[in-house]
Amino acid sequence: MDLLKVNWGRRKHSLFYYLFLASKQLFPLDLYLFSPNPFRFDQPSSSSRLFDFGRMSQAGVDVPAKGGFSFDLCKRNDMLIQKGLKAPSFLKTGTTIVGLIFKDGVILGADTRATEGPIVADKNCEKIHYMAPNIYCCGAGTAADTEAVTGIFLSNIDMVSSQLRLHRYQTGRDSRVITALTLLKKHLFSYQGHVSAALVLGGVDITGPHLHTIYPHGSTDTLPFATMGSGSLAAMSVFEAKYKEGLTRDEGIKLVAEAICSGIFNDLGSGSNVDICVITKGHKEYLRNYMEPNPRTYVSSKGYSFTKKTEVLRTKITPLMERVEITEVGEAMEE
Amino acid sequence: MSIFEYNGSAVVAMVGKNCFAIASDRRLGVQLQTIATDFQRISKIHDRVFIALSGLATDVQTLYQRLVFRHKLYQLREERDMKPETFASLVSAILYEKRFGPYLCQPVIAGLGEDDKPFICTMDSIGAKELAKDFVVSGTASESLYGACEAMYKPDMEAEELFETISQALLSSVDRDCLSGWGGHVYVVTPTEIKERILKGRMD
Repeated sequence: MDLLKVNWGRRKHSLFYYLFLASKQLFPLDLYLFSPNPFRFDQPSSSSRLFDFGRMSQAGVDVPAKGGFSFDLCKRNDMLIQKGLKAPSFLKTGTTIVGLIFKDGVILGADTRATEGPIVADKNCEKIHYMAPNIYCCGAGTAADTEAVTGIFLSNIDMVSSQLRLHRYQTGRDSRVITALTLLKKHLFSYQGHVSAALVLGGVDITGPHLHTIYPHGSTDTLPFATMGSGSLAAMSVFEAKYKEGLTRDEGIKLVAEAICSGIFNDLGSGSNVDICVITKGHKEYLRNYMEPNPRTYVSSKGYSFTKKTEVLRTKITPLMERVEITEVGEAMEE
Repeated sequence: MSIFEYNGSAVVAMVGKNCFAIASDRRLGVQLQTIATDFQRISKIHDRVFIALSGLATDVQTLYQRLVFRHKLYQLREERDMKPETFASLVSAILYEKRFGPYLCQPVIAGLGEDDKPFICTMDSIGAKELAKDFVVSGTASESLYGACEAMYKPDMEAEELFETISQALLSSVDRDCLSGWGGHVYVVTPTEIKERILKGRMD
């Protein structure tokens, strides 16, 4: 745990603060990725331009305009960890994700289990994320990181899918897979592996079909077939045995389904159903739950019936207002 | 001991036919000592969206205040209430912003969306959304809750049956967890009314 506290000069800071400083040197243009210095609580940050309550500390204002991460709870969380409370575990996606290039394009596949430690938190989650109409990305690792790095729900323009869209508007052309790859690897490298997202990126653009893998630290590989996640070894064994160039669409789908199934049945971190996404020139097909090899067959048709009712101490009923639809009938008022 | 076990909590939400139910326990403790038996974990954002937060109680209250603030701003700008899907994205973004120093709580969001279609979702402490069609659970009793809900849940239940199911699932799960319990607090929301009930449970 001492690794987190580096004695550098007069003050001890957490490693994150030094990563922030280090990356400032390496990527001066990436300053916008981080919110202003988290340890200077006395000055109102630029983000509080809408609500400048004088000397209100940055921690009190909740609308960061620049986006990026905010580190103001780090000190408190470190203090709690030092007092002996374990840090929380995040939702991981365990996972088997695969991709392969076939005759006309790219096929991506993923399982659908999300785990929180040893418990299955979500039996049917979506791991194939949209990046552009012709580019999809499968994500393994910490679920929040894979969703955020490929998503557009944050107002932060650094998230890759929204960056790609803006780039499309600016250039007037369809996105290229290599563009998405460069944006993703830049983002992941700048966080030095702390954003734990391992991705399989595939798509078809004007230069043809492409398939890449991206590791959490930012390194990438370009491959004809790829697997990632805890079930990657199981899936790769299927690919190595049966992959050949020039597969047709049906052969490719069958091979991908087989690889994911081998991950589902042999790896404990992967399970439930198989999702497949087929991307060809100008066309994509997202086959959600293409195969469901683990249906729930033990459900009793009668269901549960409770003979002893729960005891209620108090009941409070709040009637909701009816939603009123106002339709304009009659003539408009004269000026 | 994990940070989530400092205060103890149990939260569950279930989907019914054009209605949803969200329930929590009522204990607030400091490790093994009980401090309060009427802690409010479920909060109303607006008439059709509820959020229940499990985990460290101080973050539960702080995060709730931040979310109400953001929702009020939204209401002023848009002149309408937030849809539950939008609200879930907002919570997810707020939590992910603190990715490297997170709020130590896990929200469960439940709401009635367009056409009175019920919506539930849960997140881990950094905002990874998990949408479900049947039920979501959170808190120290989550493992028992998973088991109880898997067994007791049926799709398309009416409001009264849904209340009974979620109460039984909650009470039986917190009975197996030392850190949560001391009664239950259940909200059943249909398009016409919100029914809030306090349950009598084991006080140990």
